[in-house]
Amino acid sequence: MWYGVLLLIAVLPLIPGPLQSPFAQHVLVLTLLFACMSQAWNILGGYCGQVSFGHSVFFGIGAYGAGMAVVTYGLTPWPGAIIGALLAAIVSLIISYPCFRLKGHYFAIATFAIVEIFNRLFMVWYWVGGALGLDYPIIEEGWKNFMWFQTKTQYYYGAFGLFILIFSFVRWMEANKLGYYLKAVRDGQEAAEALGVNSTAVKLTAIAISAFLAALCGAFFVQYNLRVDPPMVMSLDMSMRFVLITILGGLGTFWGPLLGAAILIPLQEYSRAMWGGLGGGVDLIIFGILIVLIVTRQPKGVMGFINLLTTRFKATKGGDD
Amino acid sequence: MAIFLQVVLDGLLNGMLYALITVGLSLIWGVMDVINFAHGEFLMVAMYVTYWLGFLMNVDPLISWIASAAFVFILSVIVYKLVISPLIGKPPLSALLATFGLSMLIKNICLNRFSPNFKLLSDTYLGGRVIPMGDLILPLPQLVIAIVSLIVITCIYRFMTRSRTGWAIQATAMDRDAAELMGIDTSKIYALVFGIGGACVGIAGGLLPMYMPVHPEAGSLFSLIAFVCVALGGFGSIVGSLLAAILVGLVEALVGFYVAPIFKYVAVFGLYLIVILIRPKGLFGW
Repeated sequence: MWYGVLLLIAVLPLIPGPLQSPFAQHVLVLTLLFACMSQAWNILGGYCGQVSFGHSVFFGIGAYGAGMAVVTYGLTPWPGAIIGALLAAIVSLIISYPCFRLKGHYFAIATFAIVEIFNRLFMVWYWVGGALGLDYPIIEEGWKNFMWFQTKTQYYYGAFGLFILIFSFVRWMEANKLGYYLKAVRDGQEAAEALGVNSTAVKLTAIAISAFLAALCGAFFVQYNLRVDPPMVMSLDMSMRFVLITILGGLGTFWGPLLGAAILIPLQEYSRAMWGGLGGGVDLIIFGILIVLIVTRQPKGVMGFINLLTTRFKATKGGDD
Repeated sequence: MAIFLQVVLDGLLNGMLYALITVGLSLIWGVMDVINFAHGEFLMVAMYVTYWLGFLMNVDPLISWIASAAFVFILSVIVYKLVISPLIGKPPLSALLATFGLSMLIKNICLNRFSPNFKLLSDTYLGGRVIPMGDLILPLPQLVIAIVSLIVITCIYRFMTRSRTGWAIQATAMDRDAAELMGIDTSKIYALVFGIGGACVGIAGGLLPMYMPVHPEAGSLFSLIAFVCVALGGFGSIVGSLLAAILVGLVEALVGFYVAPIFKYVAVFGLYLIVILIRPKGLFGW
């Protein structure tokens, strides 16, 4: 299954036909990117059960890391992305150590507050470009600068690299001790602690990894858009998008983020392209209805739906035998 | 000195507005353990109701707030029936996510129908009137909202502590199953609480167009501030959220004037984080 999906994603942009148009390629790039980002969120929110609405902060730090390296220091984005990702992991540890004491709604509201604080601080921080943001200069294209102007195929394979990194990590994690620890903390913190799991250490590991990977996605995002400003990356709407994609696909499942992104991002991009000029908002209206329906009717997301179908299918097949 | 007093006065008046918005959210949170993310959008809907009544039929906000409150009450009950009631007893965050979807839906329907332009109701009876008090200036629309806010909060407090329905609501908040065994129709109680919560924010939204322009994003910031006030005041405590709202209004005004306007929400949210770390259940929570 895993290698099949990898192969499918690898050949997708090469298939001749409608997928060759630049817009379709743009949709493919964004789908992969948001699948990666939602999977990074899923490590903490799905597997560990700590629903954070603050991941746009880490995404933003990574974006600013790459952006500052190119715009302010005239380097390639690579060192900036790494430094940004490390910084995001450190910031996540500083923020979350006290916040993990909070439960339920209090934790959720604390993460909202953190997003708003970071958003406003970056707006007035001139060193990082303030409200104007950072605009990329036109420099040589290629892997060194991670920048292409002619086609989007290379961006697609860049996102594919990110996808392999993040999804293989989660695959590894699911089969190893860390994954079981995370699920144990999610399903019963007291019980896990009684069995000798250090729940604080597990949660902190989860958020540091999650923030690190989120920041890498942010760095990719800024390289793709060639500009960054605070509302673009560090907003509640951005945070919510990661959460909702995962919820739509299936919280705490391996394929959930990919499924959610594969449904939501094409829907968002195509409906925006179709109705964007006519007063706008139609894509978000559909998005809103979809979220309400998913959460109220099938809280396990598309994966829950698929599981239901497969168990039913197996049950009928068993009956025939 | 006069400037300082003026800033404090503005902060107090703003705080009373926040209190009126917060009290509904606090009630819903306390009784149902649901965070209504669409609370700010209910405010925005109420503002549009008042705006259109004023624009098309020349009704003053001083009268049309009743229509706004009634409209949002009905809207809330419908939302409860369709969206919230299937989620009672589910993990608490599912209601938050569902209402987030709802808030996107409402916001973008308004964006689509009414355009993103700011709409300001001109020629209202109180609009722009002030009471000069020596060096101080007391703006009348804000004062009216503050007084209404106090009246509404007092009524809700008395309703919750004195009336039989209020007792039933409190019983439901304490233990839903036990309340049901005592013959309380908890589903009706939840619908009522959600409706009252909506009506409170409907009153606020009905009066706001006296001095605030209406646009589809008008409610977003208010809902964040209301979340902070509720959590700061403590779980479901009406008095706590009133005091927290006034505190938030004061901090916002003082920091906005003496430090820089951009930092006022940094200060408000920072204050929340500091308080919540010392007292994880809020200032007046238990």
